[in-house]
Amino acid sequence: MTDKPTSAPEPPPVSPTNTQGGRGATNMARSIAGQAWSVLAMPVLAIFLALIVGAVVIVLTSSLAPGAKFDLGLPLRAYEALLNGSLGSADGRVTTLVEAAPLILAGLGVGLGFKAGLFNIGAQGQFLIGAVSAVAAGVALRDSGALIAIPCAVIVGGIAGAAWGFIPGALKAISGAHEVVTTIMLNFVALAVVSWLVVGPLHQPGSPQPITPDVGDAALPILIGRDGHIGIILAFLAVPVIWFLLYRMTIGFEIRAVGANPDASRYAGMKPRRLVALTMSIAGGLAGLAGTINLLGISHQMPASYSTSVGFDAITVALLGRSHPVGIMLAALLFGMMRAGAGLMQINAGVPAELVDLLEAIILLFLVASPVLRRVFRLRGVKSSLGTTDTMSRTYGSEAIR
Amino acid sequence: MTDIPVLGFIIQFAQFLLDQLPVIAHSSVSVSIPIALAGLCGVVSERSGVVNIGLEGMMLTAAFVGWATGAAVIALMGPSPATPVFGITLPLLIALAAALLSGVVLALLHAWVSITVRADQIVSGVIINIAALGVTGYLNTLISGSSPNGAGGFKPLIIPPDIANIPFVGWLINALFNQGPIAISAIILIIVVQILLFRTKWGLRTRAVGEHPRAAETVGIDVVRLRYRNVIMSGAIAALAGAYLSMESTNSFQANMSAGRGFIGLAAMIVGRWTPVGAFGAALLFASATAIGRAISFGAPDNDMGHFLQSIPPQFFDALPYLVTIIVLAGVIGRSIPPAADGQPYEREAAA
Repeated sequence: MTDKPTSAPEPPPVSPTNTQGGRGATNMARSIAGQAWSVLAMPVLAIFLALIVGAVVIVLTSSLAPGAKFDLGLPLRAYEALLNGSLGSADGRVTTLVEAAPLILAGLGVGLGFKAGLFNIGAQGQFLIGAVSAVAAGVALRDSGALIAIPCAVIVGGIAGAAWGFIPGALKAISGAHEVVTTIMLNFVALAVVSWLVVGPLHQPGSPQPITPDVGDAALPILIGRDGHIGIILAFLAVPVIWFLLYRMTIGFEIRAVGANPDASRYAGMKPRRLVALTMSIAGGLAGLAGTINLLGISHQMPASYSTSVGFDAITVALLGRSHPVGIMLAALLFGMMRAGAGLMQINAGVPAELVDLLEAIILLFLVASPVLRRVFRLRGVKSSLGTTDTMSRTYGSEAIR
Repeated sequence: MTDIPVLGFIIQFAQFLLDQLPVIAHSSVSVSIPIALAGLCGVVSERSGVVNIGLEGMMLTAAFVGWATGAAVIALMGPSPATPVFGITLPLLIALAAALLSGVVLALLHAWVSITVRADQIVSGVIINIAALGVTGYLNTLISGSSPNGAGGFKPLIIPPDIANIPFVGWLINALFNQGPIAISAIILIIVVQILLFRTKWGLRTRAVGEHPRAAETVGIDVVRLRYRNVIMSGAIAALAGAYLSMESTNSFQANMSAGRGFIGLAAMIVGRWTPVGAFGAALLFASATAIGRAISFGAPDNDMGHFLQSIPPQFFDALPYLVTIIVLAGVIGRSIPPAADGQPYEREAAA
């Protein structure tokens, strides 16, 4: 649990030099290395190129800030501060984990959707609904002891997120309303629901600001550092669970089959409608849990203006991780690092923390242009990065799934 | 409360709306303009078969570029005289041109990714949204340290009270034309595109490419070129919406100032069944919910009906556009079906 977070996945060895052992072992090593290369090359290249573009942007724009001058060393200092802020100290490492945990959970949700051919843009709304429900449960159980309050609040948060995810899933299953549009709309509805709840029924009596009471006993216990709460373990546990579900269970096989080809899976006797609703519910539950651990673990009470970028970062994380649970975990750790180090970067190098959003967008841009990258860098046998997203746009204009 | 006759209640509500009509109508039109333009942007792009989720980001970028360019021009040339009508100045025009250009550049990127690279159009749009939020937030934080002065904004046309007070139609004239130049040209643009889309060769070709690109190609339409052109046009329209935000309805830029209006525009497009005038109607509907919500919070009448209206949480009016869209998409009230080839990359048979 306390193992050091890995940074960007290291570029795998291109040519296996392992000549000891039998031929079989060499071949196996070669095939594993080749596989790792084909999977990792594109994300690593995208991250690397994004850092270069980011450096150019930093240099070009630094002259805009008042009193600044052209400085070629600035990007290096900015990236150094980013690394120092996230991995350079024990506090920073804990913050990295704290930032990464909700990204892992929500990213797993979005990735699961991708596997089923669904684009879940609604992680943001599911996060918020999960968060506010967990806080509501926590406030209600604030004096009933941690052993009761915490599990109840966490379960309520997860179920509420799942319910919010079920809505677009069911709408798609029943009427074919495309989940991209319905989840975007539900994000805004969720925002209104949170605002209404926090201003109205959940408002802390006597407080001038619109904010809920503290969750009391339902606050997650701190394990390490200042705010390394137990939700981090939950997030890392979810990785093998979702992996098992996807690759070792019938339901996971069916989810992947529906994502690859809904028609074929239906002819094979699966039920795409039910699977779509189920997948969206699980995805919503995971995003709801992300909101739950952020609220119960960090802020303990929810203001009406609670804002987060987890829901949208989760999309990036899922795309960068190629929708694979392990990939998502690594990508989430990378983004957790960047979020954790952004503050120190702004202080030490004077580069706005929003640079992280910029890097995120550039990484995504290189990922989506991966067919072009493959041609430019002559990467043969490297998998294009957005392989799992093919069915989403294709179903946009079509009729209801059968 | 329970013994109020429902009819009397409705009459009281109608009375309230009628009293407030000039205010509600005017603010409905003002609020609806960026939404309607976003809807129009979606129509132009999606009718040719390219999904444009990125219009929110295009709006935000244009809003920022317009405001920042205006500030830069003012800093370089100093203020210049404004025209008496609309308050147009040279810096404002340069800023508007820069805003439109930024929208076109983003649209080109989207077109390249979704038409030439044939990557996922929704992913591309999402990326543009995230990128716009990141870039504008980053640059805004950098610039705002020196707190620059913007170039101001376009001024609304002043309707003489004589005209605004004409019974029965005065309020309508006031609502539609007591607006700035971007708003008025937006209304004209919507009508023009409606006619173009359903009465001209370009419109027919656009709709053909959006429904069945292969069939369109067999009769000699260049699918790729037409899609490029439409996506670029849609980018310019989204940019106009962004310029309206930072150069007409306000005179400044705030981080994430588009605040989901692009997505409401997407909703308006769907509720308006992928037609420009329909999208404008839906935008007006959504905007009037906001306007009525505002009117209630400012001056609900002091009777039972007023108390009831005030007991409705204001968040309900915020959420209404999104709820309506979900209901329409689900086919509960009148189904709305996208163009058949919407979102599907096109590959020429010869090239495949």
